[in-house]
Amino acid sequence: MAIFPRHARTHLSRRKRMLNDAWAKGGGDASLMDMNSLSPTMPTSPLSMINQVKFEDEPDLKDLFITVDDPESHVTTIETFITYRVATQTSRGEFDSSEFEVRRRYQDFLWLKGKLEEAHPTLIIPPLPEKFVVKGMVERFSDDFIETRRRALNKFLNRIADHPTLTFSEDFKVFLTAQAGELSSHKKQGPGLLSRMGQTVRAVALSMRGVRSRPEEFTEMNDFIETFSQKINLIDKISQRIYKEEREYFDEMKEYGPIHALWSESEEDLADTLGGVASCLDRCCQATERRLCGLSEALLPVVHEYVLYSEMLMLTEEVGKLEDKVECANTALRADWERWKQNMRNDIKSAFADTAERNIHYYEQCLATWESFLTAQSDLYAKEPPDDKP
Amino acid sequence: MEEAAPALERLLQPAPLEPLGHPDAGLEAAVGEEAEGAQDEEGPGDRTMTENFWVKKIEISVSEAEKRTGRNAMNMQEYTAYLVETRSVEHNDGPSVLTDSLWRRYSEFELLRNYLLVYYPHIVVPPLPEKRAEFIWHKLSADNMDPDFVERRRIGLENFLLRVASHPILCRDRIFYLFLTQEGNWKEIVNETGFQLKADSRLKALNATFRVKNPDKRFTELKHYSDELQSVISHLLRVRARVADRLYGVYKVHGNYGRVFSEWSAIEKEMGDGLQSAGHHMDVYASSIDDILEDEEHYADQLKEYLFYAEALRAVCRKHELMQYDLEMAAQDLASKKQQCEELSTGTVRTFSLKGMTTKLFGQETPEQREARIKVLEEQISEGEQQLKSKNLEGREFVKNAWADIERFKEQKNRDLKEALISYAVMQISMCKKGIQVWTNAKECFSKM
Repeated sequence: MAIFPRHARTHLSRRKRMLNDAWAKGGGDASLMDMNSLSPTMPTSPLSMINQVKFEDEPDLKDLFITVDDPESHVTTIETFITYRVATQTSRGEFDSSEFEVRRRYQDFLWLKGKLEEAHPTLIIPPLPEKFVVKGMVERFSDDFIETRRRALNKFLNRIADHPTLTFSEDFKVFLTAQAGELSSHKKQGPGLLSRMGQTVRAVALSMRGVRSRPEEFTEMNDFIETFSQKINLIDKISQRIYKEEREYFDEMKEYGPIHALWSESEEDLADTLGGVASCLDRCCQATERRLCGLSEALLPVVHEYVLYSEMLMLTEEVGKLEDKVECANTALRADWERWKQNMRNDIKSAFADTAERNIHYYEQCLATWESFLTAQSDLYAKEPPDDKP
Repeated sequence: MEEAAPALERLLQPAPLEPLGHPDAGLEAAVGEEAEGAQDEEGPGDRTMTENFWVKKIEISVSEAEKRTGRNAMNMQEYTAYLVETRSVEHNDGPSVLTDSLWRRYSEFELLRNYLLVYYPHIVVPPLPEKRAEFIWHKLSADNMDPDFVERRRIGLENFLLRVASHPILCRDRIFYLFLTQEGNWKEIVNETGFQLKADSRLKALNATFRVKNPDKRFTELKHYSDELQSVISHLLRVRARVADRLYGVYKVHGNYGRVFSEWSAIEKEMGDGLQSAGHHMDVYASSIDDILEDEEHYADQLKEYLFYAEALRAVCRKHELMQYDLEMAAQDLASKKQQCEELSTGTVRTFSLKGMTTKLFGQETPEQREARIKVLEEQISEGEQQLKSKNLEGREFVKNAWADIERFKEQKNRDLKEALISYAVMQISMCKKGIQVWTNAKECFSKM
């Protein structure tokens, strides 16, 4: 449950405060929310609130910066695990300091997610990377796996930070700031009364998808989720496949240039041209490597996160019939849903636009390489005397 | 490679400036007579035509390929026949007139080449396109009857004929002329030359080493070079095939985006249009690889030609090696005979010989017997000296002519390969430009989503 200390409000715009009030009331409070109980200065219809949700966070309003890095391996007698450094920089008053550095392991992230789901059953909580990779032969602690996980964990925390409600979660704050001992003692506290009630609401909200006579918009939402899930999974598979093919192309290309260099050693007249081709191929190979990195940094993690999101959104269903309680759950969920959809569109759009940009860059680099080779060759032709024609 | 035809068009003239001795000139003339004899029925005009043939400009093309079913000893067999057309051009800008047109199959091309190899051992004989598809990547077919393979072979065969026609010595060969002009009976004429008998069977044993005491350093180096060339080009072709395979995969998988985007756009109200058009560009990208790789296949064929040329180069070195070996053997034989003669004459036995031993054991031979033997040896020695002299002359002629052709070949190789490598760069540039265009369009669509 989000708590708003008075002084924190001065850091936020009036608009954001209004939104947060609305979220807070809709999210955690199990009692009926009467639309008319909203203060007259606030917009009275949920729809206008939703509109405001669509505005992207202005950069100057961002007052919480988080990075996850520096994976470290820890070996004990019972187990081996990895911890990550979670570094926070903030100007928020409710934080005791402006900088924090803690170490967290995957279990801690799982705990945080669980707490957030408990406290905000009708909000869309960001997904965590998978516990372990089932497909492929990726070892639990391979460099690639750790890096992929690190990126995803970084994204997870930043998503929470960017969420208008979740960002003020007390558990979130503890996660970011508590040193090891403090965190374990905080974890031991049982779930609060409000969160127990929250669980019921969540069950109800989720159960809406199983009930026949549910409102139009939930049918719509359900259909959207189903199709989206299908498509995003396909896109994920395609993107992974492209990565694999490009990787194999890169592996073959590594050999291609050197053969031309080898050949040039046994030639005289041709040595120049062959050497030129060899260095072009090497440069193109390097450009390919950069293209690969781009894919794994920009496109794949974004798409995969949405695969995880879609899995979560597809969750079903304990059928409940508490329709009156459902009413308030609907509103909050719907607003968060709209926000989520907008983010999704932006993220997918940027990820693909970024990939396109990187591909353009790749081809431009290769083009420049080959063109300069041709220029050099034609210069040579200009300098050579004409051959005797047979 | 369609451009190869006009580019390799050459003015066919009689002997080039430097008179090149032709060891088998006599044999060629004989072949010519036989051929003419066979042509008696055709008419009085053809002898003049033969003489004038080499003065006019001619164009050769292998213009068509046709599937046929033929009878052989066992069963009906499918094969491909190729149409060989010869045109002559009166003046430089004049129209070309079709003078000859006939069908040949691959085995006849092989026969022609094998004949040339025997009669022109000092020439780096142009190679034929590969018999079976090699260095293939998954999309290409290994089937000899596959239309793409047949098409590339057609171009390769045309290239072979143009190479022969533009060679200063080979172009004058009668059998080559008949290959272009006489469809029926040509095989019999070739076989009648008896070239198979003349062929040194030892050449077939590629790895057999002949210990040459005084190898010509230039030929040793050349053989080494041809081995290296073969090795590096085949390695290059193998990697290129793998690279092509991977590149094909990268492009084609992007096509799947096209399908998914298009399906997704049906339900996505906001991003719908952007997704749809982006999907279209992904399809364009995916299909662009087909043309790109087709062009690259022609480039690979150009390299393959030189892979096989390396073999031809090596063959010349081998022939020289054998010649040198025969020469040394003959010299050795002569030397030993001379020594035997000397021993018999002077009565001294310096070297061990079975005859000597048996003589010692079983009694001396009579002076008459000894005289007879000396006489035989002297005759043999005289014959041997003559042979050695002519072998030496042959050897020197061979080296002179071979080296001239090797120089010619080297220049041709450098020109052709340089051109091929540059054309490869041009292909890469074209591919990059297409890539930039497609992704720029796609980026625009994504940004508008």
